[in-house]
Formats: sequence, structure tokens, C-alpha cells
Amino acid sequence: MLGGLNTRVMLEYLPEIWQGFLATLFLSAASFVGAMVLGVLACALAIQPLRWLRAPAVVYVDAIRATPLLAQLYFLYFGLPRLGVVLPEMLIGIIALSLNSGAYMAEIIRSGILSIPRGQVEAGMSTGLSYLQRMRLIVLPQALRVTVSPLIGQAIVLIKDSSLLSLISVVELTRAGQRIAIDRFMPVEGLVATALGYLVLYYVLKSAAGAWQARNSLPGRG
Amino acid sequence: MVWFYLERIFGYWPVLLKGMGMTIGLSLLSLVIGVAIGFGFGIIRAGRNRWAARALGLYIDFFRATPFLVQVFIVFFILPQVGIELSAFAAGVVALSNMAACFIGEIVAAGLKAVPPGQSEAALASGMTRAQQMRLVVMPQAVRIITPSLVGQFVLLIKDSSVVSAIGLLDLTRSGWLIVQSVPNGLLVFGIVGVGYFIICYPLIHLSRRLERRGQAAFL
Repeated sequence: MLGGLNTRVMLEYLPEIWQGFLATLFLSAASFVGAMVLGVLACALAIQPLRWLRAPAVVYVDAIRATPLLAQLYFLYFGLPRLGVVLPEMLIGIIALSLNSGAYMAEIIRSGILSIPRGQVEAGMSTGLSYLQRMRLIVLPQALRVTVSPLIGQAIVLIKDSSLLSLISVVELTRAGQRIAIDRFMPVEGLVATALGYLVLYYVLKSAAGAWQARNSLPGRG
Repeated sequence: MVWFYLERIFGYWPVLLKGMGMTIGLSLLSLVIGVAIGFGFGIIRAGRNRWAARALGLYIDFFRATPFLVQVFIVFFILPQVGIELSAFAAGVVALSNMAACFIGEIVAAGLKAVPPGQSEAALASGMTRAQQMRLVVMPQAVRIITPSLVGQFVLLIKDSSVVSAIGLLDLTRSGWLIVQSVPNGLLVFGIVGVGYFIICYPLIHLSRRLERRGQAAFL
């Protein structure tokens, strides 16, 4: 099957695939930043002691985690114009991806913070450190180390999820591959080119996560 | 105004119900097949045949690296070129259970490796065959370790099943997409669709968290 791959057509469409690849990178990077902001905020709300401030964070995280991204995307895509908010598809896509990934990032950061043994916080208290000092000097430096790998994992998920934006006609890697399928009736060539793009991103991030893990793992805690 | 739209949306309740049924049916069928193949994958991945483990690792990596939407297109558009014609439903089941098997395979392999080697050595010393060691000693302990992540994986599978709507299968997401064409209120329509998914997924998320907490208590 692969022997019959029409590489001439694939090369002909290389500029469009490259554009799509860059668009996927841009969409994912922008959404990653948005998701980090939302994730840190939601996590900060979720771990502070006031109950009525915790509630919105919990509702946000659970609502996102219990529904599919595609439904969230359509919710914004078909819903925002109702509210009189007309945005370009690409921006709607970035908002949806940020909202979606932000919930997962909040969970990742929270479990990183909760993984710090209680005794360390107590030791900080007994040496007279304030809450912010304990966070800055004891909890966060250790928590961030254990969060980096799962955050890279979330970045991989984010890149793959961005393919759904093709369904609201944002031109990115998946959509670019479909052009070959539609223009030339060559779905195989289009999908192979698309898959190769995602494989490159996957292996780069996966090895980055591995390298980080090897250099920074805490003794006794992976 | 909202009531007007709500009434019109509920005029479409047979479509919503049908979509919900499809989402549940598709997910359940793919879940059963995915778990069965996934455990097979996991045993090979954690097994002694290193070449088989590596070859399977490449296969699994491919499906972990590419978006599910691309995988659905591969099954739906490429398999026919090699003579395998599938309906949208069959294509959905193949794509979903294959991806589930790849993710579950890695979870199972990690679980098997987490069981201390002393366990299978002890089983060997009491005269068990390799199959008996796996079935009676190693696998039951591995299953206990991986149960929370498996339940989490089921939630992902249910949510990923929404992507199959892209090839025209009438699931919960697709039913929302159809209704929004004639009832132009996306917030309400997809709000209701979201509630449908929430009803299915939220109990599972809760279960996964509870199992995780109980598991930590048992292993610390």
C-alpha cells in the first residue's frame, strides 16, 4: 500500500502541509499559555481555604473533565454568536482549547503541590516562615519539578486535540492534509503527511519529557 | 425566549435519546474490545520477548502520537483502499477500540512491571507454570494497581467517541449538531448535550478518584 504512495503529490503540497504544521504549533502554543494561566488560577482557588471561592474552581474542572472537547468547541462556536460575540474561528478554537486544557493543568499542578509531604510544611511553620514563604521556598520548587513531565504530557494531548479545530474550518495540520484528499482524491497521501507532522511533535516532546525526568528527578520519588 | 427554544429543543428529544444511546453503545462495545486487546498488548509489552515488545511499542506509539480524528479518517478512508469497506459505526468501533487498546496496553504493562519480581519468583519456587504465575499471582496484583487509571481511561474513551461524529455517525454530539441547524441556540443545545455527557462521565470520574484514594491507603 505504501509502495504506491504518490510522493510527487505530497511534495507538491509540501508548502501547505508546512503552513498547517506551523498553524498547529501556533494554536497549541497559544492555547498552552492560556491553559497555564487558567490552570494556575483554578488550582490556586481550589487549594485555598475559603469554601465559596473553591466552588467555582471545582465546578469548572469537573464540568470540563466530564464533557468532550468537541462538544465544548461546538458550544462556543454555535453559542457565542447568540450572545452577540462574533470571533474568528481560530480565536474560538484557542479559547476552547485553553479552557479545556486549563482544567487538566489545574489538576496536574494541584496533585504536584499535594505530593509534598505535610511534615515539610510543618517544618517550615516551626522555623517561622509565612504562608507565602513556605510556598515559595519549600512547596513550589519541589512541586514544579514533579509537574513538568505531566505538563509536557498535557502539551502532547493539546497538540492532538487541536486537530478538532479542523471541524470548525480552522486551517491547521489535519485540515491541510485533507486538502490533498479533497483536491486530488488521495486520502492516503494526505493522512500520511498529516500523521508524520504529529509524530515529529510527539517524539520531540516525549524525549524532552524523558530528558527532564532523567536530570531532575527527586531522590526516591521519580 | 429561553423557554421557546427549550420547547423546540425538546421537540427533538428522540434524536437526542438516539444519540445518547449511540454514544453509550459505541463506547461500551469499544471498551470491551479495547480492554481485551489492551491486556494482550500489556502482557506482550511487559514480556520477555524484547523484539515483540519493541515492535508493538512502535505500533502503540503511532496511535498515541496521532490525533484520534486522524485515526478515524485512516480507518474510514484508507482501509477501503485495501479492500476493507466499513460502515461508519464499524469504523468508529475499530478506531476507538484500537486506540483504547494502545493506551490500556501501556497502563497494563506499567502495572505488571510494578509488581515486585519476588512475587513471580515465589510463585515459580512453588512450582507454578508461567501461565499460572501470570493468572494467579502477578495479574491480580497488577489489576489492583491499575484500576483507577483504567477507569480514567474509560472516561477518555467515552469523550473521544464524540469525534466519530465527524464521519457522520449519529452520536450525542452529532445529534446536537443536527438540532442546532434548526434551533439556532448553540449555548442551550450544546449545554444539554454537555449535561448528557456529564451524566455518563461524572460518576466514573468520581469512582476513579475514590479508587485512587483507597489504593493509596492500601499501598502506603
